[in-house]
Amino acid sequence: MISGLTLSERQAAIAILILGTMIGIVMAAAAAMRADAMEIHGYIVALYSLGLLAVVLRGYFAPEPDDTRLASYYDDPSKAGIILSMAWAVFGMFMGVWVALLLAFPDMTFDTAWASFGRMRPVHTTGVIFGFGGNALIATSYHVMQRTSRARMPGQFSPWFVLLGYNLFCILAVSGYFMGITQSKEYAEPEWYADIWLVVVWVTYLVLYLRTLARRKEPHIYVANWYYLAFILVVAILHIVNNLAVPVSFAGAKSYSAFSGVQDAMTQWWYGHNAVAFFLTAGFLGMMYYYLPKRAGRPIYSYRMSIIGFWGITFFYMWAGSHHLHYTALPQWVQTLGMTFSLMLLIPSWIAAANALLTLNGAWDKVRDDATLRFMMMAAVFYGLSTFEGSFMAIRPVNSLSHYTDWTIGHVHSGALGWVAMITFGSIYALVPWLWKRERMHSPALVEVHFWLALAGTLIYVFAMWNSGVLQGLMWRTYNDSGTLTYSFLDTVVAMHPYYIARAIGGLFFLTGAVVGSYNIWMTIRQPAPTVAPPGDEPVLAHLEPAE
Amino acid sequence: MAVTERDPHTGHQTTGHEWNGIKELNTPVPRAVWLFLILSALFAVGYWILMPAWPLGRTYTHGLLGVDQRTTVTRIVERAAQERSAWTGRIAALDYNQIRADPALMKIVREDGHRLFGDNCAACHGINATGGKGFPNLIDKDWLWGGSPDMIAQTIAVGVNSSKSKDTRVSQMLAFGRDGILDNNAVLAVTDYVLSLSDPAHALGRTAQSVAAGQAVFAANCVACHGPEGRGNQALGVPNLSDRTWLYGGDAQSVYTSVYDGRQGEMPAWQNQLSPVDRKILVVYLLDKGASRR
Amino acid sequence: MFGIHYRLERKSITLVLAIMVVASIGGLIEIAPLFTIDETVETDPNMRVYTPLELAGRNIYIREGCYACHSQMIRTLQDDVDRYGHYSLAVESKYDHPMLWGSKRTGPDLARVGGKYSDAWQVAHLTNPRSVVPQSVMPKYRWLNTTELQTTYLGEHLKAQRDVGVPYTDAMIANAPADAVAQASPDGDTQGLVKRYGPATQVRLFDGDKRTVSEMDALVAYLQVLGKLSKAAQAPEPAGK
Ligand code: HEC
Ligand code: HEC
Ligand code: HEC
Ligand code: HEM
Ligand code: HEM
Ligand SMILES: [Ca+2]
Ligand SMILES: [Ca+2]
Ligand SMILES: [Cu+2]
Repeated sequence: MISGLTLSERQAAIAILILGTMIGIVMAAAAAMRADAMEIHGYIVALYSLGLLAVVLRGYFAPEPDDTRLASYYDDPSKAGIILSMAWAVFGMFMGVWVALLLAFPDMTFDTAWASFGRMRPVHTTGVIFGFGGNALIATSYHVMQRTSRARMPGQFSPWFVLLGYNLFCILAVSGYFMGITQSKEYAEPEWYADIWLVVVWVTYLVLYLRTLARRKEPHIYVANWYYLAFILVVAILHIVNNLAVPVSFAGAKSYSAFSGVQDAMTQWWYGHNAVAFFLTAGFLGMMYYYLPKRAGRPIYSYRMSIIGFWGITFFYMWAGSHHLHYTALPQWVQTLGMTFSLMLLIPSWIAAANALLTLNGAWDKVRDDATLRFMMMAAVFYGLSTFEGSFMAIRPVNSLSHYTDWTIGHVHSGALGWVAMITFGSIYALVPWLWKRERMHSPALVEVHFWLALAGTLIYVFAMWNSGVLQGLMWRTYNDSGTLTYSFLDTVVAMHPYYIARAIGGLFFLTGAVVGSYNIWMTIRQPAPTVAPPGDEPVLAHLEPAE
Repeated sequence: MAVTERDPHTGHQTTGHEWNGIKELNTPVPRAVWLFLILSALFAVGYWILMPAWPLGRTYTHGLLGVDQRTTVTRIVERAAQERSAWTGRIAALDYNQIRADPALMKIVREDGHRLFGDNCAACHGINATGGKGFPNLIDKDWLWGGSPDMIAQTIAVGVNSSKSKDTRVSQMLAFGRDGILDNNAVLAVTDYVLSLSDPAHALGRTAQSVAAGQAVFAANCVACHGPEGRGNQALGVPNLSDRTWLYGGDAQSVYTSVYDGRQGEMPAWQNQLSPVDRKILVVYLLDKGASRR
Repeated sequence: MFGIHYRLERKSITLVLAIMVVASIGGLIEIAPLFTIDETVETDPNMRVYTPLELAGRNIYIREGCYACHSQMIRTLQDDVDRYGHYSLAVESKYDHPMLWGSKRTGPDLARVGGKYSDAWQVAHLTNPRSVVPQSVMPKYRWLNTTELQTTYLGEHLKAQRDVGVPYTDAMIANAPADAVAQASPDGDTQGLVKRYGPATQVRLFDGDKRTVSEMDALVAYLQVLGKLSKAAQAPEPAGK
């Protein structure tokens, strides 16, 4: 892979990696003086940089790539991103199953601090959302932006910087939770230095995206790119504002958030809800808008619906965060706005889902036969379902029942498993043969197996959580004829037990599917390349021009 | 717009662009979409007019209905209390035996008592009120502070060694070993003696001598509270040592620890947290549970 | 309308700006007024701040992820109020950087758990929840008993808190480590602590162990002050049924 970098890019990599090593050592040394857990993070940063440095140095004297490379797209980072994404998927979902089991068998912590529920839960959420989802988004966005712009990325260095820098962030995040380093803000748990690092990575990502778009040969920017752009831009805004904090010391991990109480809560859920919107939705819609029509071989059903869907989602979502704070000490006027905008949000969401499903008109026979396309179709269905559910749960009286219960968890995973994970698996199954120039996946039968495992797992999970959530919510509010509460909290804890076991089984199905998928992808990569390149997804290479 | 072609399958025109093989149809937005967009916006506007909704610098629109979640819940809670007053008044007025004789009231006591006990007391006394190490069983008819309803009510109201109440009951078992009042041999001996009170077999054999020595220690240090025969004193919340019910465990190690480190069990006072009626319900609930236990 | 878009989607920078504008509106309108509308946070002149020990305990609460299972926000709903007490007011978390309102109740709400149970129960429960509540699914936190509390840098913590708006005085900052130890050592010199933080400060042997000030001391001190920093929500009398 180093052979793909020019000499000056190799030198830039070495410089940055040396800098990274030094920063790591400084972090470790400073934190060591205070016996602060950030010390370990210093070592991680240094080792990560050193490891990559070794890789760069080993390839340093390889011949430089010649200019013929400029006549093709740059896909090495996408390949790496897909492998990383699958690795995080297996890790994050394994943690999900473990966390699920902890609620049924709480002594599975083995009396250790790192394995306790409160520390491992964010490991799961970060592992799947940022590790699995984030890597898949980066990998596919590189692929899609080049294809739809008919332009190669402007250089070979910054895509690697973004991908590997991003993974360093994920590693810092996850290893931090195990050690108890956390800001406690859901989906923004990493501490200040990891947050700052992500800003650097993210700005580079945006610049890379814009520079590629600037080189495009297509006059129009394709809708997938609108979504990827919104994903990158808005996540940057959200991330910076919600993570404003004052560190106790630059030699330690701990910081205190800039806002407090009600303002902090609103900022957090403005962030939290839109992390869902722009990380788990916009980015993956970008993915869907490319791989689904491509795989189905059909035109997008309606350009006009794409426009309404996109701007509706971008505008309405940003108002909806306060539906996470219904009936709380947040002033009611904000709750009203959150609820009404969440309801209006349903329309553009369904437009996006419908646009995807209608695109399949004329290709339903393919959906029947091709598990890869079926993954994407099912994802669109679950997208529709979970947004409907979300808008429903945003209605104040409904939320009074669902809030704080497993119903929310059920909603999350109908979106996360049914939508996010399925669209990702579908896209990856489409993408892997294209990228590695194989005729097809190693085993289409295993793709089929994966599909059914994923669907069964999702349904078991979601039905278990709907049951337990609604049951718990109802038990909390059941009154006797005499006007007194019927159940103690402990009664509800006991009632959850069977559902927690069912959920773990559903999760195990889903995890097994991800393992099967990883194996299949691995075998596809290891398959010998055919002598005649199979038709890829890139007939249009001729117009590519040399990079600046 | 640019030159377009027609999609043979749907008959719609394309937008004329192509991105790496992907085309788009220029299908018009279905009428239903506009309709639902407008409907949802109309609903929102209506809701904004009726409810608190839009910020205006230093204030916000309060809405025509004048609804506020706080006043709403306060009203609901008050109204519910009023509805309950149909029977809460009777519970407050009747004495314990009268309540227990009234099946309708007892149904309420059992229902409400279960919830009140589960959310407030079960953490210590267990969901079935059978207690655990350091937390007394409340349905075994063996009472530290006396089993009369008034005594139980008093314990619940003011607690024992509670930091929450100035009138709390106080019960201190001194740390005879740790504080150096007794040397270790004396603690060991009196442990044997205490064990022999409920288990005469313990006074035989190997420990006989120790038990005799322990008896002297007991007479000098413990009778003031536990009484000459170790039968305890309900006025001071001092446990009976001659029965087989133990608060902290009746094995040699636990008894030794009780004597060496002392015990100051804390039962929180509930007078500021639970209403008089709630507390009365709990008393009757416990008596009822105790009576129904065979 | 679609014509405008037809032109917009040809200009990447314009598209970027359009996205940023469209996406910023909602947040601005919902968040900014929370700082300007006075009614948002009730006033309580007697609001107390966390003592250094309580703050350290709060940080342990965050570190262990207790917020993943416990909310600290009693909603304006009848059953919430009946079960947990008066609904939470914004002022009660005024000094909470970050807030810990939570989003999931795997365990009960803790907004008013302060004083509900004894210290000894809290210690037993945290050490092994199932020893006191056999049905519990809460993890064991045994190591808190044996880990000594790190107090050296508490002054810096208070200072950072002051930077974000909590009114800690210079004296509080200077004495933070000593105050943390004092609060868990009832036999020691606690006068300064009580003078700085008020007579309601709870000075106790929270973990029941005189020898050291452990993380358990800090966490229990924090749990026991939950719902007590502000009396704004305290009903005058428990509403008689
Ligand atoms: C923090 C733990 C804790 C909680 C919660 C608790 N108790 Fe207790 N309770 C105790 C302890 C410890 C004792 C024993 C006190 C002593 O040593 O004398 C006790 C004693 C009692 C007694 C006296 C028993 C006797 O033998 O005389 C009664 C009655 C009682 N509790 C009822 C209740 C009720 C009703 C509730 C709930 C409203 C409750 N307790 C909640 C810890 C608790
Ligand atoms: C000042 C009064 C007092 C004196 C003196 C006293 N005790 Fe106690 N003892 C108590 C009280 C009160 C308790 C219950 C503590 C509690 O409920 O937490 C108790 C509890 C005990 C227990 C635990 C009982 C159980 O059920 O687990 C033992 C054993 C015991 N005492 C033995 C002794 C011995 C032996 C001596 C003399 C060396 C002694 N006590 C002296 C007041 C006293
Ligand atoms: C896996 C979820 C989970 C985690 C993590 C957790 N708890 Fe709990 N907690 C529970 C459950 C379930 C209960 C109710 C059963 C019981 O009392 O143990 C509970 C009860 C409690 C109670 C008693 C509340 C009451 O009013 O009865 C306190 C206090 C408490 N937890 C504190 C903590 C603290 C502090 C932490 C972190 C160090 C923590 N919990 C972490 C699940 C959890
Ligand atoms: C093997 C599959 C999975 C299992 C078994 C699983 C299990 C769990 C469990 C047990 C929780 C904690 C719930 C609670 O606190 O009660 C959780 C939370 C969560 N999971 Fe998963 N999960 C899986 C896959 C995923 C995937 C693929 C995603 C995202 C792409 C995801 C996103 C989340 C999120 C966002 C939460 C937090 C929800 C909230 O705070 O409301 N999970 N998961
Ligand atoms: C129209 C779209 C949607 C709306 C209106 C919506 C609304 C909601 C509501 C009301 C909640 C519960 C808040 C609470 O009571 O605490 C929620 C939680 C959540 N939703 Fe959605 N949702 C939508 C789509 C999605 C999608 C597509 C996903 C994808 C994964 C998703 C992921 C989540 C997550 C992760 C949470 C949990 C947040 C937390 O408490 O940690 N949502 N959503
Ligand atoms: Ca953060
Ligand atoms: Ca949550
Ligand atoms: Cu949301």
